[in-house]
Amino acid sequence: MIWQFDIIILIFLVIAAIISLRLKDLLGASMVFGIYSFLICLLWAEMGAVDVAFTEAAVGAGVSTVIMIATVFSTKRRSKD
Amino acid sequence: MKIFGLIAVLVVGALLLSATSDFPDWRDKDSPANESPVSSFYIEKTEKLTKVPNMVTAVLADYRSYDTMFETVVIFIAGIGIIAVLRNFDGPNSSSIKRENNDEGGGLLARFTCSLILPFIQIFALYVVAHGHHSPGGGFQGGVMLGASYILAALAFGLSKAKDIFSERRTMIFAAVGIFIYVGWGVLCLLFGKEFLNYEALDPILPGDAKMARSHSMLIVEIGVAFTVTAIMFSMYSNLSTRGRLSKGL
Repeated sequence: MIWQFDIIILIFLVIAAIISLRLKDLLGASMVFGIYSFLICLLWAEMGAVDVAFTEAAVGAGVSTVIMIATVFSTKRRSKD
Repeated sequence: MKIFGLIAVLVVGALLLSATSDFPDWRDKDSPANESPVSSFYIEKTEKLTKVPNMVTAVLADYRSYDTMFETVVIFIAGIGIIAVLRNFDGPNSSSIKRENNDEGGGLLARFTCSLILPFIQIFALYVVAHGHHSPGGGFQGGVMLGASYILAALAFGLSKAKDIFSERRTMIFAAVGIFIYVGWGVLCLLFGKEFLNYEALDPILPGDAKMARSHSMLIVEIGVAFTVTAIMFSMYSNLSTRGRLSKGL
């Protein structure tokens, strides 16, 4: 575990979380959420939990982002709150 | 209303942050999880008893296979639930006429790139399923990747082309067959005179000794999980992206 790497990932994680909550554009928000999942995947891979990281990369960053984007096209693209 | 939400988040966040100081350190060998005899049993005996080097898969598919079986059932129920809520059987004819006019799917570049990359994605997904008990991966991950490859095909060539390969009827049959493989394998253990999902009972019909029977059974069970997950992922995408009409997707 390299702590510098950890700190960088955690800082980006917080930034990605705040951006995905604050964005009014739902398409952009779901893409940033995919970035968030991928950063968590990096964190797990770096802590040695490779199976969990693999699942997160496939499910969290991959398919769920696609499904969320597919759902955004069926609703309004801009959020009201 | 927002101010109440903020207060709730701050209070709960402060509680959680104060609770993190009680957590054991990373790689602490005296942590409660390491002190219990269960984890040392897994670490010492897994490879001897099941001949599977990847301990995570051994725990998922062998020691706790009941848990994984019902996880697969949960995914199946989630897929059924999405179909029950979203599937729209009205007016398939009107939308299919529209589909002829506006060309769905991506442009030439997207089609060409996807046709190059799709076989590799699918082969890697099958490798992840088949090699899940020796390296990271397994039925869930491989199934999700295989499902994602069909989603990519739907994005590049249009949902109607992807549905020629993987129709709705075939999707649901695949999902049910996955669970049938898993549960059937457990029932087979019962028929050979041991407990449900006790893979050592299947020694007579599998190559190798009783320990290898556990390893092979994990592979079969993972294949069952992969069937269900692949089908449900594609069914979720096709229902969500077309509002349940299953035509004229993104």
